[in-house]
Amino acid sequence: MELDFVHKPAGHCENGVVANMLRFYGFDLPEPLIFGLAYGLFFSHMPFVKLAGLPVSSFRTFPGVLFSRVTNMLGFKTTTERFLVEENAMKALDKKLNEGVPVGCVVGMYYLPYMPIEYRFPFNGHNICIVGHDENTDLYTVSDPNCTQKVQISRKDLQKVRFTKGGTYPLFGQMYYIDKAPKQLPDLKPLVVKSLKQNAWYMTSQPSILPFFGVNGIDYLAKQMAHWEEKLGARKAALNLAQIIRMLEEIGTGGAGFRFMYGAYLQQAAQITGEDQLKEFSQRITMIGDKWRAFASDAATIFKRRKEAVTYADVAQQIAEIGKLERAFFTDLGSVAKGIKL
Amino acid sequence: MKVEEVPQDLKFFQGTVVSDVCYAVDADGNYQAVLSKGWDVKADALQTVLDDIDEQCEPIRQQVLRHEVSPLAYHMEKNLMDIDMLADNSGIAKRKVKKHMEYDEFMKLGADVLQTYAETLRITVDELKTVPEK
Repeated sequence: MELDFVHKPAGHCENGVVANMLRFYGFDLPEPLIFGLAYGLFFSHMPFVKLAGLPVSSFRTFPGVLFSRVTNMLGFKTTTERFLVEENAMKALDKKLNEGVPVGCVVGMYYLPYMPIEYRFPFNGHNICIVGHDENTDLYTVSDPNCTQKVQISRKDLQKVRFTKGGTYPLFGQMYYIDKAPKQLPDLKPLVVKSLKQNAWYMTSQPSILPFFGVNGIDYLAKQMAHWEEKLGARKAALNLAQIIRMLEEIGTGGAGFRFMYGAYLQQAAQITGEDQLKEFSQRITMIGDKWRAFASDAATIFKRRKEAVTYADVAQQIAEIGKLERAFFTDLGSVAKGIKL
Repeated sequence: MKVEEVPQDLKFFQGTVVSDVCYAVDADGNYQAVLSKGWDVKADALQTVLDDIDEQCEPIRQQVLRHEVSPLAYHMEKNLMDIDMLADNSGIAKRKVKKHMEYDEFMKLGADVLQTYAETLRITVDELKTVPEK
């Protein structure tokens, strides 16, 4: 049994699963629209949260938030389930599939057989969508947004990735699906305007006593980065820097830590609202994204120990400048969004 | 980033169906989703992390050669696990996993326990029983 499910790759796994799922129910919304509507853009740098001994940085909102936010906004009824018994998690999955429902699963990367081995880190927050099950071979068909086509995985492997232990956080076979789709989508204009206000607010209105979030977090990272080498030593400093680049580019961000994806959203937002000024904001965030990429290129000269390597002060200065640009960008976006008449 | 600037630097995605999607601006200024085979900069970042793991493993490899710790200790570090994760994912009690970090204890293990460890660490039993020469 395989559902008539169109698979499209996406920048980010959670956005991609949601986009592919909504398309199954007849609503073809591009990934950036889903990401933007859910005001998914963010920044955080949390030196006190460690992943494999390195501080955690993120360029988007927290995992799992996006699915519930977007489906809620658009009028879908959904269910999310967690399990203590592995066999029950597999039975519940089979039951939904037999009802003709595609099922999103949160899985660990470590045992995911089709991933390149270098990517199979103990990271328990990847999203895939299960769209078929062959009773004879016991193979499941998987729509993984990081793949160009559907892939297959055995029941044993699927159970293992749904319950991989340790790493970032424990997995409880978490799965999510749509119970009921709306007949038609609500008017998107007010939702777009709300999303712009919310995203601007999240980036600029974090209290300064917690300097780790939003544009404050970018300033904070710049200040920390300037002193990494003297404080941590060459090896650890290089690892910290490499980790920032991985979060910026590696974990499926669509380039420049979701800044380009947000640029694509702003173009769609301009179309939906008829507000041409949002196109200018798209160009501004594209320019900021290019600066993030330039920073990444320069940072690589440090951790690859190239002859022409720049210094930590140089890259920290780049981050500080990006912080200023993003603060101005989101402050302006917030005030423009408030002025849009509904 | 412009569409024609989307990097196509194939390295870690070689021979897999895995790919990146980048958002980039076309000649008319409109954003498009473009498949990317990878970017040297991010491959360098990943390689830096992988090289560091190898460096961390080298002293453990030396200890194995001196029979101070078991090959299991080496392969655990090399495959990014710790004792808690190894115990939880293999179903072998933590107390026993700790004991199997000792060279002599490890050498007494039967085929089924070795098989369980090998599967948990995604390697073969033959790989598990020894360490690479260099």
